[in-house]
Amino acid sequence: MLNRSFHLEIRTPEQLIYEGDVTSVQAPGVEGNFQILAGHIPFLTALDVGEIRVRESSETSQLMATSGGVFEVLRTGVTVLVETAEWASEIDVSRAESALDRAQTQLTENAPDLNRPRAEAALARAKNRIKVASNL
Amino acid sequence: MATLREIRRRIASIQNIEQVTDAMRVVAAARLRRAQENIIATRPYAEKLNTIIGHLISQMNTEEQALTHPLLETREIKHVCIVSVSGDRGLCGSFNSNVIRTTTQRIAHYQESGADVTLICIGRRGQEHFVRRGYDITDSYINIFRQLEFQTAVDVVHEFEHLYIDKKIDKVEVVYNNFRSAILQTVLVEQLLPLVPEVPEGDTHFLDYVYEPSQIELFEMLLGKHLNMQMWKVLLDSNAAEQAARMAAMENATQKAKELIDELILQRNRARQTQITTEISEIVSGAAALEG
Repeated sequence: MLNRSFHLEIRTPEQLIYEGDVTSVQAPGVEGNFQILAGHIPFLTALDVGEIRVRESSETSQLMATSGGVFEVLRTGVTVLVETAEWASEIDVSRAESALDRAQTQLTENAPDLNRPRAEAALARAKNRIKVASNL
Repeated sequence: MATLREIRRRIASIQNIEQVTDAMRVVAAARLRRAQENIIATRPYAEKLNTIIGHLISQMNTEEQALTHPLLETREIKHVCIVSVSGDRGLCGSFNSNVIRTTTQRIAHYQESGADVTLICIGRRGQEHFVRRGYDITDSYINIFRQLEFQTAVDVVHEFEHLYIDKKIDKVEVVYNNFRSAILQTVLVEQLLPLVPEVPEGDTHFLDYVYEPSQIELFEMLLGKHLNMQMWKVLLDSNAAEQAARMAAMENATQKAKELIDELILQRNRARQTQITTEISEIVSGAAALEG
């Protein structure tokens, strides 16, 4: 089994989420989930709402929820810029559940001034958070 | 001349005010520090994002692709949206009034040239002002500064972005307090849409990526991210500027209170002296009358 590692940096506008050497990272690309190992060619892609899994070695992995961003692979390492990211253990499940309820009520009530794309995006984010938190 | 008791009461009440303003200054100073840390924390992300956008634009130019995107499209200006960023609270000098004044000037400017203006108000102070005067308000965001979240910036951008793409507005501007330093804040007016693409410098020998999805789709997505980031910076700046303005205002107030107290103490001593002198002369003249 290949065990070469590469440098990974995960940032949100608010803070640095992760920086370190990893052996692999899995991420939710807009055209499907993918995994990056050491030595990958330069690659630029957009991320969707979903989960990012970081492996520092073949035994340990860490999981986080993200709401989308950009994923860049260079020869020097990988940079992930996401608008939000939370480690599975740090997700506030009750908050995500109330956000889920709110979005669902908004969508079922279907008020005339409803901002449908925004409500749908909020719904997807909340569902993703709950899913990631339960997969701890 | 005020009586001794009146002066004492005024001193006590001004001392209370001084305590309050001083406490507010300390709180503002702590919040300012946090706000400045937030600004610094956001820099690496912004720089990285700009590098990636730069890489992408340099690749696209070499392939002679014209940059066309709804958000880059310049149209005749008939409908303008102004995002006015004020604070939720007062007691911060001219922070809120400066934004409100500049916003009003911009509205007048556009109305003179025949365009209609709609507002997005961020911050309670500005929102209350413009609601009371019956301005056309598309959306407002209140009490967001206490716990500032990136999602708010995304929501604001989302609001005017789809109006722009649907051609309901032709220009988006933001009016906010720019945080230069703890003692200097200036009101800035910046154009958010249409986006003015910045041509990246150098770095043309950058090796190409593999793209997923296509270059153009990625570019569109990155423009959106870039816009979110600009709005986020505006919110962070305005927040830091508000705390700095409040800190300065409260420092002035505390200083003024101190001066006032010094002056009143002088008056109080004078009044007390007069009272003592009167009492002594009464006793002396009373004793003289008995001896006489």
